Amino acid sequence: MQRTPLLTGTGWIVFLAAALVAVVLIPLMATVPAPGSALRLPAYLVPLFGKYLCYAILALALDLIWGYAGILSLGHGAFFALGGYAMGMYLMRQIGTRGVYGDPILPDFMVFLNWRELPVAWWGFGNFAYAAVMALLVPGLLALALGWLAFRSRVTGVYLSIITQAMTYALLLAFFRNDMGFGGNNGLTDFKEILGHEIQAPSTRLGLYVITAMALGLAFLVCRFVVTSRFGRLLLALRDAESRVRFIGYSTTAAKLFVFVLSAVLCGLAGALYVPQIGIINPSEFQPGNSIEVAIWVAVGGRGTLAGAILGALVVNFIKTWLTGAAPELWLFALGALFIIVTLAMPNGILGLADQMRLWRRPASVPVATGETAHE
Amino acid sequence: MSEALSTAQLYLDGVTVSFDGFKALNALSLVIEAGELRTIIGPNGAGKTTMMDVITGKTRPDSGTALFEGRHDLTRLDEPAIANLGIGRKFQKPTVFENLTVEENLELALKDDRRIRHTLFRRLDQEQEARLERVLGEVGLARRRTEMAGLLSHGQKQWLEIGMLLVHDPRLILLDEPVAGMTDAETAATADLITRLARDRTIVVVEHDMVFVRNLGAKVTVLHEGSVLAEGSIDAVQNHPRVIEVYLGR
Repeated sequence: MQRTPLLTGTGWIVFLAAALVAVVLIPLMATVPAPGSALRLPAYLVPLFGKYLCYAILALALDLIWGYAGILSLGHGAFFALGGYAMGMYLMRQIGTRGVYGDPILPDFMVFLNWRELPVAWWGFGNFAYAAVMALLVPGLLALALGWLAFRSRVTGVYLSIITQAMTYALLLAFFRNDMGFGGNNGLTDFKEILGHEIQAPSTRLGLYVITAMALGLAFLVCRFVVTSRFGRLLLALRDAESRVRFIGYSTTAAKLFVFVLSAVLCGLAGALYVPQIGIINPSEFQPGNSIEVAIWVAVGGRGTLAGAILGALVVNFIKTWLTGAAPELWLFALGALFIIVTLAMPNGILGLADQMRLWRRPASVPVATGETAHE
Repeated sequence: MSEALSTAQLYLDGVTVSFDGFKALNALSLVIEAGELRTIIGPNGAGKTTMMDVITGKTRPDSGTALFEGRHDLTRLDEPAIANLGIGRKFQKPTVFENLTVEENLELALKDDRRIRHTLFRRLDQEQEARLERVLGEVGLARRRTEMAGLLSHGQKQWLEIGMLLVHDPRLILLDEPVAGMTDAETAATADLITRLARDRTIVVVEHDMVFVRNLGAKVTVLHEGSVLAEGSIDAVQNHPRVIEVYLGR
């Protein structure tokens, strides 16, 4: 039995073509043609694309556990936000004396609150590497703790979804508080530079965009590696018949915990890439609705496909950007309608549409049982 | 216990299990020799499933002896330990992984390191490949290997499940109503499959379907109210007056 290839031949072609567009074509269009020419990509679009790609990583992370292991986490926005906060704390420390109050150590909001020294939670965040590790580690550890408690007690299905919603809501309330020390209601913003590069500069934004695109590509390949391994088949098996998997000797708790933590780490990565491009992180990122929206992206694109999750995140967010500009009051109705249409008419999402069309054109023939015997 | 106390593959003596005073097994004694194919029949509540539960460690007997290969005391071992000894059990309702292919189902069932790291990085070695190949042939699903298990017929799912037992090379196989819900053709094919498997394994089949039991042509044990009522060939058993009275319904 051959190991399932990471991607099929066509898969690699599509992957490389998408990578070419994202990492080569778009940066070229943003720099080479003269400003104002038809081919020139407007500067404001670069961080917007960067944002979409961060969302795509988030959707990919959710698809890994929802589409393959059948765990519908509705708290992935929280892991994303935690990664974002870790990066935001680094960016806050980089402001230094350029803040409104000019304090070399304390961020503005701490000076405003009359704090005298940096809280312990902020120690080390002046160092980029430390902040980067924390952006992955904190969501990972939270997922480990929550997952261990939930999976060990065999909490699954809708109960797990509710627990994860409660988790993100609890974090929302906690981060709203000023005495948590993360900027309260206003969050973290007014960033100046990242690793010595001015954060608003077009070159920095382009660089962040390219890094995000490469991170998405890498995350996709990592997820593909996981789902094409025997572990990936184990995930499908436990999604469909968990007790049977336990019965043949696998620890389903360990398997679910591994994939949950991996997924949370990917969310942290997405959040950390998101904040410097958007320029702000505040508690609203923890809103329960955000996490539900991620599930809609995945459902729209086609769950259990990975590529579909990316596609769904991009498509829904393009529509969102366009519609919130054209008719903002319609957006939530549109999102709801989209979800209903996808659930009822396209259970396999956009990626499943091709197969569905084939079925419509040629009605499924009833397979005739052939008197097959056990010996061949 | 290292000294074999009995040469039998499976040795049950005076096994009693009671649930709230109801004796599911009442001093049941049964000896299955190595390489034997044995059919167990009996009306509902005769203790057939409870007997399987005792053998696989799911239920602890109140008293009695249960020995595997004369050495292993089954009343002291838990389910995984007994499975590792080489006793495989197929439950009544088949549960195969419907969204995996036939060979992927067998791959997951193969005896191998079950840790995450291993499932992420390792592939099957040659010996495992060969075993998978052999089992696919044995259960007659070689041509269906890349098909989703969910697309198999009910009978084929049962065979796949038997295959998932066989990849462990069990020395004793317990089959609980293997032909329930099968078509006549599938039932005949299953009888064939079991007869072939029994050539180099010990198999105990619990079944209701008398045509199937006859097809197996094996020694039959009739259970009634938790103990053995009769034992012998199918014809001898069917003509046994007590059996006719309690089971075959006169």
